[in-house]
Amino acid sequence: MTSNQYIVVVGCGRLGSLLANRLSAVGASVVVIDRDETAFRHLSSEFSGFQVLGNATEVEVLRRAKIEQADCVLAVTRRDNINLMVAQVAKVIYKVPQVIARVFNPQRVAVYKEFGIDTICTTSLAGEAFLARLAS
Amino acid sequence: MRVILIGGGETLETIYFLARIFVRKGYQTTVVDQDPDEAKMLSQRVEATVILGDGSDPAVLDQAGARRADVVLSLTQYDADNLVACQLAQQMYGVPRTMALVSDPDNEEIFRQLGISMVFSPAKIIGTLIEGQTACEDIANQTMVAGGRVQVTEVMLREGAPAVGKTFPELPMPNDSLIANVLRNGEVLMPREVDHIRVGDRIILISVPESQADAIEVLTGESG
Repeated sequence: MTSNQYIVVVGCGRLGSLLANRLSAVGASVVVIDRDETAFRHLSSEFSGFQVLGNATEVEVLRRAKIEQADCVLAVTRRDNINLMVAQVAKVIYKVPQVIARVFNPQRVAVYKEFGIDTICTTSLAGEAFLARLAS
Repeated sequence: MRVILIGGGETLETIYFLARIFVRKGYQTTVVDQDPDEAKMLSQRVEATVILGDGSDPAVLDQAGARRADVVLSLTQYDADNLVACQLAQQMYGVPRTMALVSDPDNEEIFRQLGISMVFSPAKIIGTLIEGQTACEDIANQTMVAGGRVQVTEVMLREGAPAVGKTFPELPMPNDSLIANVLRNGEVLMPREVDHIRVGDRIILISVPESQADAIEVLTGESG
């Protein structure tokens, strides 16, 4: 399903690089954006996508990553606010069909749902996983 | 009026002086700063409530009284933080007016499209001011309104200016410009009250930055 797709991954930390590596491995065209060059070291040697060095809150950086052509944008930096801003720019301004933002603070999730932004709250997910493990 | 100011770090001075202005105007002012030392300094120097915390965190906005606030201004050096703070204030707490500072001028239009009511870009405003400045001393008292999108300029007409002797309707003014008043002999006149333009008339011109130079050229014959 993701092969042939053009996917922009914003943030090349642990989560971003994991996603970039896996998506690239199944044949998607992946571009990774990070403002810190050392972050790209997380990418595997088999990663066949592109890297864009820059701050994703600058539209010019998103344009360099050809966001207007993206099928999917994954905003997975360590900062909720950057993820939420990038997600909105992608969805509202550039009309990217699928946009997902990682959010740490569960309290922000409901509001952004109202804006139509798809979020994954890593805190809630981890919390549920822990509780499920404890219950079993 | 209840105002919440969010900022600090590189914008600490701005926050401090703005808080002082608001307090002097009698506004009930709350300042939100994430840095403990800055928060302490602010609470000692300004008669405002100071909250230590992240203004883009819903719990902190709640604590700062967002539910009853009239205006929230998020003026941190991080555009994304300002966006989220304003959006949360509007959506979660119903704050009627929010303002975001943007460091990157490209974000100004984007933030407006994302629903922020007031967006301020210092880089853009200063850049536009420089463009608008003409070396000619007959162009005076230039003011920007509407956040830098509209300019009000006073233009003095000397002997030989192409506008002299004409009527206002005859002037080929650019579309995005307007002559609001004419100052003549100490009186402020409306264009419709003026028969023919005279030497010494001071024209009050309203224009957008893009049309200002052309408008001035129509009046004075000089391209600033």
